[in-house]
Amino acid sequence: MTPDNTTDSSAGRLLLAGLGWNTPGLAALIGLCPLLAVSTSFAAGLALGLASLAVLCSSNMLISALAPWITPRFRLPAFLLLIGALVTAVDLLFEARWFDLYGQVGLFVPLIVTNCLILARGESFAAHHGVWSAFLDGLGYGLGFTALLAGLGALREALAPGLLVAALPAGAFFLLAALVALRQLVVRRRGSA
Amino acid sequence: MNSGSREEPLIRHRAAGPRNLAALAVVLLLAVILIGGSWQSTRQRIADNAARQIVAQISLVLPGTLYDNEPNKDTVLKDTGGGQPLPIYRARRNGSPVAAVLTVSAPDGYVGPIRLLVGIAADGRVLGVLITAHQETPGIGAAIATEPPTWLTGFTGRSLTDPPAARWNLRTDGGDFDAIAGATVSSRATVAGVSTAVHYFATHRDEIFSTPSSPAATR
Repeated sequence: MTPDNTTDSSAGRLLLAGLGWNTPGLAALIGLCPLLAVSTSFAAGLALGLASLAVLCSSNMLISALAPWITPRFRLPAFLLLIGALVTAVDLLFEARWFDLYGQVGLFVPLIVTNCLILARGESFAAHHGVWSAFLDGLGYGLGFTALLAGLGALREALAPGLLVAALPAGAFFLLAALVALRQLVVRRRGSA
Repeated sequence: MNSGSREEPLIRHRAAGPRNLAALAVVLLLAVILIGGSWQSTRQRIADNAARQIVAQISLVLPGTLYDNEPNKDTVLKDTGGGQPLPIYRARRNGSPVAAVLTVSAPDGYVGPIRLLVGIAADGRVLGVLITAHQETPGIGAAIATEPPTWLTGFTGRSLTDPPAARWNLRTDGGDFDAIAGATVSSRATVAGVSTAVHYFATHRDEIFSTPSSPAATR
């Protein structure tokens, strides 16, 4: 059931699906755990965002390539196993290459497994599309998530010296709420999501 | 009971055909290759990173001119009172002991334990204090670990008898050390941690330097 049936949708459209105002972090509040815990600085947010991006792209591609052989019955354990293995690999590479940054956000890298965005993209998109489309989809959603994490981090980092609450987890909730409100405003202005 | 007339069972055992099993085996194999390969290719570098970090931390609590050995490789594990054995790095010059760096875990931080490195000269005076891990509140208790570590330099030169044991406390508790404004609990835990290190060193000095280096602690 899998040959690439999305040749009609351009690469740009695939990429943009997960970017912009419809990025699931803002639109559906998905992946909140790392979002709130790690986004204390721009660098930390960017690092965890890029780690998630790497996992999302590679899991999408692997799932897309393997989907024809995986029956619905055990697709969940198979996908989770793949995602778990990829997260472990990214975790190890991260610790080896960016040791200092890993000290700050390392605790949250294994938690990428639990980011339902990754399984959701694998299940709902990658399993029914070609490898290239799956890659673009992962790239788009990954970039959207990275932008949100890094943006929230930059905002909290900038506000923290004068506004103590911005450095605390509660501050992440407030700022995220402000971003969600801003998104609603923009989306309503346009007339549709 | 004709199996054809029954309702569809929740689990169909026949679904586990050879094709499915082969696919599952491929997925498993892929996962094993991914994890094993990345572990194999990164473990040396991760170990080097950790070693480099310890060397850098030791150099922050010991003046480099003091010793000529590699303290990160001259290590023993001792329980300094926190219930778990933590590394002590020994600094020597021409083979004779000149200082040690004790790892202590101060249990009563505001959020959790505060991990400290305390460099102590052979005569029992504190050479330097570094906070290596803590979870204190950002902007409040975390001030104990801010750069530059101005507050922590207040411990330099102190020893078991300076100030006397009863005054190894915050000023608010009748001792000699200032608390950081707004961070009394974190400051108190840090003073207690340094005090533990100084006390342990004074009472176990010979044991610390004479125990053979343990490879398990050197990693």
